[in-house]
Amino acid sequence: MGERILMKGNEAMAEGAVRAGCRFFAGYPITPQNEVPEYMSWRLPEVGGFFIQAESEVAASNMLFGAAACGVRVMTSSSSPGISLKQEGISYCAGADLPIFYADIVRGGPGLGNIAPSQGNYFQATRGGGHGDYQVIVLAPNSVSEMANFPRLCYELAFKYRVPAMISADGILGQMMEPIEFDFEPIDPDTLPKPDWAIGDATGRERRVVKSYDLRVGALEKQNWERKKKFDTIQANEVRYQLEYEDQAELTVTAYGSCARVAKSAVMMARSEGLKVGMLRPITLWPFPTKVLNHLADRVENMLVFEMNLGQMLQDVKLAVEGKARVHFYGRPGGGIPAAEEFLQKIKEAIKGGPVIPIDPKDI
Amino acid sequence: MKKVFERTRGLTEVRMRYCPGCGHGIAHRLVGEVVEELGVREKTICVGPVGCSVFADEYFNCDAIQGAHGRGPAIATGIKRTHPDLVVFSYQGDGDLASIGMAETIHSASRGENITIIFINNAIYGMTGGQMAPTTLLGMWSTTSPAGRKAEVEGHPFRMCELLSSLPGAAYLERVALNKAANIIKAKKAITKAFRTQIERKGFSMVELLSPCPTDWAMPPLEALKYLEEKMIPYYPLGVYRDWEEKVEKKEPEKVGVEK
Repeated sequence: MGERILMKGNEAMAEGAVRAGCRFFAGYPITPQNEVPEYMSWRLPEVGGFFIQAESEVAASNMLFGAAACGVRVMTSSSSPGISLKQEGISYCAGADLPIFYADIVRGGPGLGNIAPSQGNYFQATRGGGHGDYQVIVLAPNSVSEMANFPRLCYELAFKYRVPAMISADGILGQMMEPIEFDFEPIDPDTLPKPDWAIGDATGRERRVVKSYDLRVGALEKQNWERKKKFDTIQANEVRYQLEYEDQAELTVTAYGSCARVAKSAVMMARSEGLKVGMLRPITLWPFPTKVLNHLADRVENMLVFEMNLGQMLQDVKLAVEGKARVHFYGRPGGGIPAAEEFLQKIKEAIKGGPVIPIDPKDI
Repeated sequence: MKKVFERTRGLTEVRMRYCPGCGHGIAHRLVGEVVEELGVREKTICVGPVGCSVFADEYFNCDAIQGAHGRGPAIATGIKRTHPDLVVFSYQGDGDLASIGMAETIHSASRGENITIIFINNAIYGMTGGQMAPTTLLGMWSTTSPAGRKAEVEGHPFRMCELLSSLPGAAYLERVALNKAANIIKAKKAITKAFRTQIERKGFSMVELLSPCPTDWAMPPLEALKYLEEKMIPYYPLGVYRDWEEKVEKKEPEKVGVEK
């Protein structure tokens, strides 16, 4: 703490996880997150942790399942196609109420796609991701500083609620370098109390079982209702966002991650031209800042959602607003990266009530 | 009255759900006895599979975790690498270990993970009702090979002990059978050696147990035992395939089909 270091996003996130007590990492190479396993391969042994390059992302997520069941602070990372592969393992963790931390450094999709940054996995992240009724906590950093400091928050929330927690970043955040400071003291996981649900040495106690199935009549339904209580508590208490320039706003821009950086530049340009534009940056994509959007919609006629996809967070904004404001959209999918000047034009279209003209593919 | 036999403390009192004539009950008992006799029961973790033995977490009297189909060795790796003093075994069927889990099986053996795999090979998918397995014999009927397994359509069955024996990381591999008392005694010795391999930190160990499945082979139990003896053992020769202590003798399997 207190020392400013210039770091690359992927490495800052890895270092942040280690400082937050991560002691097991299983991963697999995929661009643009290779710096994460590469960093962990030498950093974890330094703190007595264990790194493994698994045979696949599928295997990695299941190694996490095993280590997490023992109460270890675990981590994996991947990008789009690899995150799809991990969903079975993540669903098992969710079904067994295990805390895990993982990161998606999102690239363009679907399929193999490309290696450019994207936000096309928003649905996947915020709708559980794998099969079944569950949610994972999703944090969306927009700076290398947040990449460095969010892992600690992920572990705190994951262990507090016994849910998976993830960072949804994109290729830009993973690759860019910024000076950062860690805002917490390093955590020694050996000083943390061992969870009373963890399997391990059963000497002197009743045996424990970690599992995600229950075939007894009605049991699985009850389990799901219990989990819902958990999700409702998280929705009530753990929403995080950044809201700026909200008073007298005639348009609220909503964007997250790298898009929020671009949007902020455009919003500043608009404001310097006298346009009354406010900005909401969700930091938790799940739980989503539904309430604050709903309140904003009482005062603001127009909202503009800005994402690097075909319109995913757009749906959550529309749901939150409940028809009380017009919700416009501007997006760039498949690895397209928007510029601030481009977005400034869209702000001007939206503040007049629209329509907001999408990019003509001929102009790409 | 003198006590000549006792239920092992390695198993719980929960009544097993296996079919009459199934080999799982015997295999469970052997593992439970070995873990108790070696004095490691309270430090043992059972990694349970998907398959007929998905309920293994109810039957073994130790901490347990039930994981995804085929992923037992990966789950065991996560536990063992972070807690090297625990004794971790992954109990798997043939579809689990040799089909969906093939990569995890081969890689954990190659890495020399210090875990023990208990591989129940009954050459069929039991829990799901009798589909063809990676170890189903040529000519054998199954619900997804109704014309009998043909090499040119479904490929040849895998011999897993032989396949893994090419990997330096595999410290101990043995194939045994559960069709008669003499073989069951040998099976227990093999399981003991496998757990000893782990406890003495010699590397990866696996015991493949040929087991009958009367229900999905569509045979009465005694006929199933005969089938195991006459058709399975010739294709899957019993014996040691890798040993960190002793020299291993080469085995010559016969090619055996099954008459319709």
